[in-house]
Amino acid sequence: MAQARASLRAERRRALVWSYVFLVIFAIFFLTPPLYMLITSFKTNAEISAAAAPWWIHQPTLGNYVELLTSPTYLTFFRNSALVSVLVVAITMAVSIPAAFALSRMKFWGSAALATGVFLTYLVPETLLFIPLFKMFVEVHELTGIELVNHWWVLVLLYPTLTVPFCTWIMIGYFASIPKELDEAAVMDGAGYVQILVRIFVPVALPGIIAATIFAFTVSWAQFLYPLAFITSVDQLVLPVGIITTLIRGDVFTWAQIMTGALLGAAPPLIIYAFLMDYYIAGLTAGATKG
Amino acid sequence: MLRKLVKKYDDTLAVRGIDLDIADKEFVVLVGPSGCGKSTTLRMIAGLEEVSEGDVLIGGEDVVDVPPKDRDIAMVFQNYALYPHMTVYENMSFGLRLKRFARDEIERRVQNAARILDITELLERKPRQLSGGQRQRVAMGRAIVRDPKVFLFDEPLSNLDAQLRVQMRTEIKKVHQKVRTTTIYVTHDQVEAMTLADRVVVMHHGLIEQVGTPAELYHKPATRFVAGFIGSPAMNLLPCALEEASGGLRARLSDTIAFALPAERDARYRPHAGRPGLLFGLRPEHITDPRPPLRPAQRSFEVPVDVCEPLGMETLLHFTVQGIDVCARVDPAAGAPAGSRVTLVADLNHMHLIDGESKKVL
Repeated sequence: MAQARASLRAERRRALVWSYVFLVIFAIFFLTPPLYMLITSFKTNAEISAAAAPWWIHQPTLGNYVELLTSPTYLTFFRNSALVSVLVVAITMAVSIPAAFALSRMKFWGSAALATGVFLTYLVPETLLFIPLFKMFVEVHELTGIELVNHWWVLVLLYPTLTVPFCTWIMIGYFASIPKELDEAAVMDGAGYVQILVRIFVPVALPGIIAATIFAFTVSWAQFLYPLAFITSVDQLVLPVGIITTLIRGDVFTWAQIMTGALLGAAPPLIIYAFLMDYYIAGLTAGATKG
Repeated sequence: MLRKLVKKYDDTLAVRGIDLDIADKEFVVLVGPSGCGKSTTLRMIAGLEEVSEGDVLIGGEDVVDVPPKDRDIAMVFQNYALYPHMTVYENMSFGLRLKRFARDEIERRVQNAARILDITELLERKPRQLSGGQRQRVAMGRAIVRDPKVFLFDEPLSNLDAQLRVQMRTEIKKVHQKVRTTTIYVTHDQVEAMTLADRVVVMHHGLIEQVGTPAELYHKPATRFVAGFIGSPAMNLLPCALEEASGGLRARLSDTIAFALPAERDARYRPHAGRPGLLFGLRPEHITDPRPPLRPAQRSFEVPVDVCEPLGMETLLHFTVQGIDVCARVDPAAGAPAGSRVTLVADLNHMHLIDGESKKVL
């Protein structure tokens, strides 16, 4: 008995050691690039091109940060990115929460097929979509005179094609985990569909909604292909494309600014993660979905 | 109140035509094995299930096309279905808030219901901080505050452990005596049905087998199903042959056991003499140890004991007749070891004779 327990402990220790080994390897693998970016962002361009000691800073400088944060162009990118992301998150939630509710709770003709269809649209890659979309926008322009390229708000129309299907799918899963009796109880209490959704489903499925929000925000913040294809004017660009197009002049790479710009650009999603993750985990551990 | 109620799921009939009148303030229990259609019937009354055919009338008004929220019904679910993000107070007042009751009226009703259920000190808690029994009370409270025309209970005690179930059963009975609202209660537990109900509705295969007070069902079952379903341990049912004998009828259970039937049953059973497939039914408590003097309807017989189960207050003796296990309830002092032969007495005043074909009690 004691022997068995001892061997169980040894086994557990071995498992722990191995998991730490792999965790450390993964941590090094994923954290080295951002660390390298951070180091580079404190260097001058001259020091970088000297390429003497890539992991050491001889003449630390905040010049890159000052330059970018006072540059109207960079701040415009930042503003455009923020506007687009916030609007896309809002639109996505406004569409996918009611859609998921309808698909998971109101059994209507073809609702199951529709739910699968929603997910299938997510599987179509944006690389396949952007050319037909472009063509469509051109047609719209010819017919109505509304110019659907070269404006930051065009991205607000485009990104939901990526975020809505996935978020709807996540929400369908979450709503499906809410026991049926909960809405039946609400029906008996006199609630209509809208009241059930707003007063029961949204609060109960909050962790799922937060997960979907994080996803929608990350996708819109980091999206590269659509802005690259649809927007050319510098004042309408968003961060990921803006950094590349303005900080690479011809064949000259201003590495210090590129790294600084990318690092600053990564900050908002990080902050949102840190803030919402707490909430997210709190919601999960509270066991909120158990009746 | 229910008229020829039918529920079809595609081709299968879950409820095959139910007629039932429930009086005001009555406590009616629908009981039956799982799949008998009792929950479906309840859900049709609630409006959670569409009615395929027939009518549901509440207070004389046909409500088949009335949405659940306008039927003035409250329901208590098996898994409580409390809103997890709301406090007990918010859970109980949710329905009233939706109906835009005045704040002080809500307060008055919630406090009143909380007092009836003894949960006043729990009002600010969330459901996850409550025990199973407390959650059940809150679920009942949510129904009481609405002051509806009808309470529906869908197996409300199934999720509780045995001891708590007995306690909550008494609790529900007390609450009904206080609020006197018409109640329809669904359960598969016949003990719950017998203890709670003014009238019990026994359902089987989507049909009503029998409606009656607990005593009626127990002493005068109408069908084979009710005879076997109500009562624990269950009624002994044995194939028998009804023979003409000198001076009356005789029920033959085996080569060695045959009971001369009491004379007053003669007229009732004579038309069935010689009919095949008859069943003889007698409850365990009507097979006892001999307690002289023997009354006219009592018949003694001798059998070998298979199993002896002492329960303290009484002892159950099992023996076999024609390959079927028969149970007798005897005095603890009359307990006998397995294998020994005992003399037992059957009280034929309480016997039932069941037609094997129609399954009706004759």
